[in-house]
Amino acid sequence: MSEHYTTTAKTLHWLMAILMLGTLALGFYMQDLPFSPEKLRLYSWHKWAGVTLFLLTLVRLAWRLSHPPPPLPAATPRWQQWAAHAAHWALYGLMLAIPLSGWLMSSAKGVPTVWFGVIPLPDLLARDPVLGDRLHTLHLTLNWVFITLLITHVGAALKHHWIEKDTVLLSMLPRFKGLNRG
Amino acid sequence: MKYLLGALVLTTTMLTTVQAQEYTQVHSEASHIRFNYTQMGVTMRGGFSEFTGELRFDPSTPEQAHVMIDVDLVSIDTGIREADAEVTKPEWLHTAEFPTARFESDEVMALDEQNYEVAGRLTIKGQTRDITVPATFSAENGIGVFTSHFSINRSDFAIGEGAWASFDMVANAVDIEFELTATVDD
Repeated sequence: MSEHYTTTAKTLHWLMAILMLGTLALGFYMQDLPFSPEKLRLYSWHKWAGVTLFLLTLVRLAWRLSHPPPPLPAATPRWQQWAAHAAHWALYGLMLAIPLSGWLMSSAKGVPTVWFGVIPLPDLLARDPVLGDRLHTLHLTLNWVFITLLITHVGAALKHHWIEKDTVLLSMLPRFKGLNRG
Repeated sequence: MKYLLGALVLTTTMLTTVQAQEYTQVHSEASHIRFNYTQMGVTMRGGFSEFTGELRFDPSTPEQAHVMIDVDLVSIDTGIREADAEVTKPEWLHTAEFPTARFESDEVMALDEQNYEVAGRLTIKGQTRDITVPATFSAENGIGVFTSHFSINRSDFAIGEGAWASFDMVANAVDIEFELTATVDD
């Protein structure tokens, strides 16, 4: 087992990782700001980033389905293999569900989403503040589930690297060196 | 003599009919004042739920028409709950000091049977500006509907001061749409 992920998979993984952390942090930061032009600007940026992430997820899923990832080390217990697959698909699902819930919430709250201020997204829901509040709760809940899975994901990668001393983490990193580990 | 009497009756009837054509009762509940504004490329729809109108409009003598509309600015719906509270503040509409916006006509010009031009004064936040707006009128079964669609610049009325004065967040132009339903005085 010394296979790397494809360069495309790595690029998408790390590009989205950075963008997701930024969008997540921005999302938590912006909500408590007093009403101001700055707040509106940050909300717009957050939505633009969300739409971008949604589209990148579609590209990533298409790539993932056509390019199987390197297999897990043979020594990985079956339940861990199963858990790793389940966690990855849950992460993909959330990468679609989170921006979708944000878009629906925005529509229900009465603010259409216009990607980069240029491309208007259709409003899938009519304005309904009560529904908007429910979708807000959903958006927040999905994000907490995502954060939990993310911590598990990072924890598992580090465990593979430091405890199992295998190549799972390295297979997603640039090819600094060979994947042979002593 | 008989002919003359007949003509007199006819004339009186016509005068009465003409008299009865003056629309004076504005029905707020069947009327709308809406606006569109653009926030970072996003077109938002808003409106006012409370307003009153005074009207004198006779389609046969439009030049004598007069209209005055008072809008209760606190009844604003900006499309965003948080913004509804924000726009009452001094930087925006300053409703504590200027609770009402008023449009009062000075002159009505008929372009044709349905289209008019109304010159008047719009007062918002203590600032009065002369504006000329297009208007249409149509009537069916004694119910008259007036519509008007025009654009104002929020900066002309100091709506959005300080941090909000820049137009890169909230555009200067605000589209306004009136739809007033009126009936003839009973």
